[in-house]
Amino acid sequence: MVSMPRFVPTLDRKLLRDLWEMKGQALAIAAVVAAGVAMFVMYLSNFDSLQQTRAEYYETARFADVFASLKRAPTSVRSRIAAIPGVEQVMTRVVADVTLDVPGMDEPATGRLISLPEVGTPALNDLFLRRGRWIDPSRADEVLASEMFCEAHGIGPGDRVAALINGRRRWLTIVGVALSPEYIYTIRPGELFPDKRRFGIFWMNGATLAPAFDMEGGFNDVSLSLGRGASSVDVIAQVDRILEPYGGLGAVPQSQQISGWTLENELTQLQMFGFITPLIFLGVAAFILNVALTRALALQRSQIAALKALGFANGEIAWHYIKWGLVIAALGAVLGVAGGAWLGSGMISLYNQYFRFPVLYYRMSTDVAVESLLGALIVATLGAWSAVRRAVRIPPADAMRPEAPARYHRSLFEHAVRLPMASRMVLRNLERQPVRSVVSVIGIAFAVAVLLVGLSFLDVMDVLINQQFVLSMRQDATVSFAQPRSSRAVHDVLHMPGAMDVEPIRIVPVRFRSAGRTRTLVISGLPENPTLNRVVTRDGRTLALPPEGVVLSKMLGDILGIGPGDLVQVSVLEGRRQVFDVPVRMLVDDSLGLQAYMRQDALHRLLGEGATVSGAAVTVDPAAMARFYSAVKTMPAVAGVSLRETTLRNFRETMAETMNLQIFFNVMFSAVIAFGVVYNSARVSLSERSHELASLRVLGFTRAEISLILLGELALLTLVSLPVGAVIGYALGALIMSGFNNEMYRLSFTVSAATVAWAFLVVIAAAAVSGLIVRRRLDRLDLVAVLKRRD
Amino acid sequence: MRELNSSPVFAARGLRKVYEMGEVTVEALRGVDFDLYAGEFIVLLGPSGSGKSTLLNILGGLDVPTSGSVVYKDHNLTAADDSALTQYRRSHVGFVFQFYNLIPSLTARENVALVTELSPGSMTPEQALGLVDLGQRLDHFPAQLSGGEQQRVAIARAIAKRPDVLLCDEPTGALDITTGAVVLDAIVRVNQELGTSTVVITHNAAIAGIADRVVRLADGHVASVERNATKLSVEALRW
Repeated sequence: MVSMPRFVPTLDRKLLRDLWEMKGQALAIAAVVAAGVAMFVMYLSNFDSLQQTRAEYYETARFADVFASLKRAPTSVRSRIAAIPGVEQVMTRVVADVTLDVPGMDEPATGRLISLPEVGTPALNDLFLRRGRWIDPSRADEVLASEMFCEAHGIGPGDRVAALINGRRRWLTIVGVALSPEYIYTIRPGELFPDKRRFGIFWMNGATLAPAFDMEGGFNDVSLSLGRGASSVDVIAQVDRILEPYGGLGAVPQSQQISGWTLENELTQLQMFGFITPLIFLGVAAFILNVALTRALALQRSQIAALKALGFANGEIAWHYIKWGLVIAALGAVLGVAGGAWLGSGMISLYNQYFRFPVLYYRMSTDVAVESLLGALIVATLGAWSAVRRAVRIPPADAMRPEAPARYHRSLFEHAVRLPMASRMVLRNLERQPVRSVVSVIGIAFAVAVLLVGLSFLDVMDVLINQQFVLSMRQDATVSFAQPRSSRAVHDVLHMPGAMDVEPIRIVPVRFRSAGRTRTLVISGLPENPTLNRVVTRDGRTLALPPEGVVLSKMLGDILGIGPGDLVQVSVLEGRRQVFDVPVRMLVDDSLGLQAYMRQDALHRLLGEGATVSGAAVTVDPAAMARFYSAVKTMPAVAGVSLRETTLRNFRETMAETMNLQIFFNVMFSAVIAFGVVYNSARVSLSERSHELASLRVLGFTRAEISLILLGELALLTLVSLPVGAVIGYALGALIMSGFNNEMYRLSFTVSAATVAWAFLVVIAAAAVSGLIVRRRLDRLDLVAVLKRRD
Repeated sequence: MRELNSSPVFAARGLRKVYEMGEVTVEALRGVDFDLYAGEFIVLLGPSGSGKSTLLNILGGLDVPTSGSVVYKDHNLTAADDSALTQYRRSHVGFVFQFYNLIPSLTARENVALVTELSPGSMTPEQALGLVDLGQRLDHFPAQLSGGEQQRVAIARAIAKRPDVLLCDEPTGALDITTGAVVLDAIVRVNQELGTSTVVITHNAAIAGIADRVVRLADGHVASVERNATKLSVEALRW
């Protein structure tokens, strides 16, 4: 028993001592609350940190509001753009993608070269110099390189990389390592996942860069900042009008700039995740709190009666017992906030894998802490409420009498089979209290469910990988040309060393418009019967493209508000810049990004062009891979090469690393739930039935026999809860996955048989451990004391 | 013998009480009339199931009769709602139960403090426990006390708020003779020293001698009411 200071009111002393008596159970429930709160804090504090870091970075680096690429415009066009009402600052640049040869790496990489102003720092999208120094304008070969690329290769100031610029190999000398708000998330256009080894950004003197790409006296990239209250839609329309004759590829607002868009999607997902997952945990906590409290209150029946007889009002007694829940929840919340802050500060470093800010510091706001504490207390009150109301409602005189003997009858099974005594007692007890049995089953089932959801992320990733790298992109490499070329270029690729099979790809930059909604994307033109690049649905089916018309990602259809049979306006952003109304033939429910597909022949007809290609998908003889790589590095007019193997490896390494950590958290927390629920059920059964079990011991039953009665019941409940949990888990998983449905990813919930088996095993193990703990208590059952006790 | 006031503290008329116990219906009281006067000591006698506890519960505001009326001073308990009954118990009634019903997680002092914190004008827990000769066992938990000691803590808890009535349900039922005598002695002393009207339930006829009046219940009826010409002291009882 605990001694406590004088000022603690007597009823609160009872509260604290009662809780101390059931500390095992209280801790188990508090642990579940803590798990939920920790997840809440972990996700939301990361959300907060990222959001604030982003806002501050955008602000200090003067991240532009509108971005546009074009083929080439003379410098004079700049002032016309600056004259658009609402435009505050204009920055024009030369941007070019080149093939890189990095020392020590076989595969070719892509470098994006971006011009820096002749004097001073960029007016918009300012760079943050992490290491080294700014370039010397008088030295033509000096560049600043992006941090992630340097990190991936272990290079820095003083190192050199070779770039294939307009067919000529040139050495670039890194003098500084830099970060840009435009490349917080750095992904090569056309890639599915970022690859920091194979895509680097290099900033260099404009005077050097422009002549190499015929950009002297001109630019091919423009960024604008807008004044307060200016409409980006209007400005974009005017920018497009001005740039159209110069091969404008369509201006996009900050929210659609690739890094900004990704970051935004990631944040939304984090927020969703930070809301749904903890909600499930807290729901489970409320549930087991309710079960534990209902049973604890049943044991306090005579005490409740005494309190009533002494003149305590129902409200006072109810508040006393609700405080049980509140104390447990508060304990859990405090542990959870501390644990969540600790895990959250660890988790934020994971974002450094994808997102690069000058400083990504972790902040844990008071709001998040207070919200989670309140959330836990509300949940505890909800959980305690019905249990307390039921107990307090007993008329005081009723509670003074012992409970009427429970009504037992033969259980259903007994009519069919003759069972040993212990099994009969187990079955009758379960059948006598069907509600309680169901409640226990649901409680344990939740543990199975949460575990299933936590583990299933691996399955979901496997399905995604299978879809993208086995079903859809079956080529080993994708070569993209700097400019559209005639189909003869495909033959050049086929003649490269090791190339076995080649399939032409036609990528056309377009702007889709429907009912005022627009998206600037590309149409991928695929052959009639593609063998390498195929369209695959979310459930793994391969789609044949219709002979005419366009096929869109379902998500894109939703964004544009169109479906099969509708016409979508397509403004081509290259060549003759035609505008068509193209029928949408199909929406494809796919997993990644916003896609638009057309049959290559239909696309050629639409554009009125011959057999033009923008790139080629290639399968390569594995033995000749190295020779293929070195050939690509020297092939002119290639803007970049993406390689399945490296993409896949890279994806597994980075993405899986993050996922593994999250899965680890989920599994850890699920095990806490599993243990908490099962342990609670066992403890409650023990305290309810200790009198009965002690009587049996006195009658001569062995410890093993009475253990069998109690643990047999637990085992049966656990067994029944496994399939129930699988069903609940599937439903929860589908719910959580709906939080993943954004423009970047649309994942389907999948669970493999192995995952189900693992979830079952963990719960069975948790049940076994709690069973053993209870069994130890059973062995120490004080027969005399239990039998003398009346309550 | 004490001079009794003419108007009763309790006046119960035509009390009936029907219970549903499991699958059986029990008619515990079948028309009981009962009076208790200020400062009076009544022993309610009767075999198990005669309706004694039911009557006591109704008098104490723990239960309401199925029909009939109970008036406590100017409170009509039959018409009172739950919160009025709670208030009534809190201000006027002290209970002592057969199985003590102490809160196991509170010490003797704290069990009493539970009530003294609730009712203004109470004596201190130490005073109340002193009255039942437990001044030395203040900080013991119920599990560390003997049955008789636990019952005396229960008496201290019941009388600490200086109730108008003390209702005791088989206070010695779970105790041996010697300990029972100590407990009864404590109850008698409270009745005499504080002038608390007292009702003690027992199925042990030997105890009847310490009462002013003895009410016998049988099968839900009042079988007889006797006034003791001379009250016996607890030591004089032959069990």
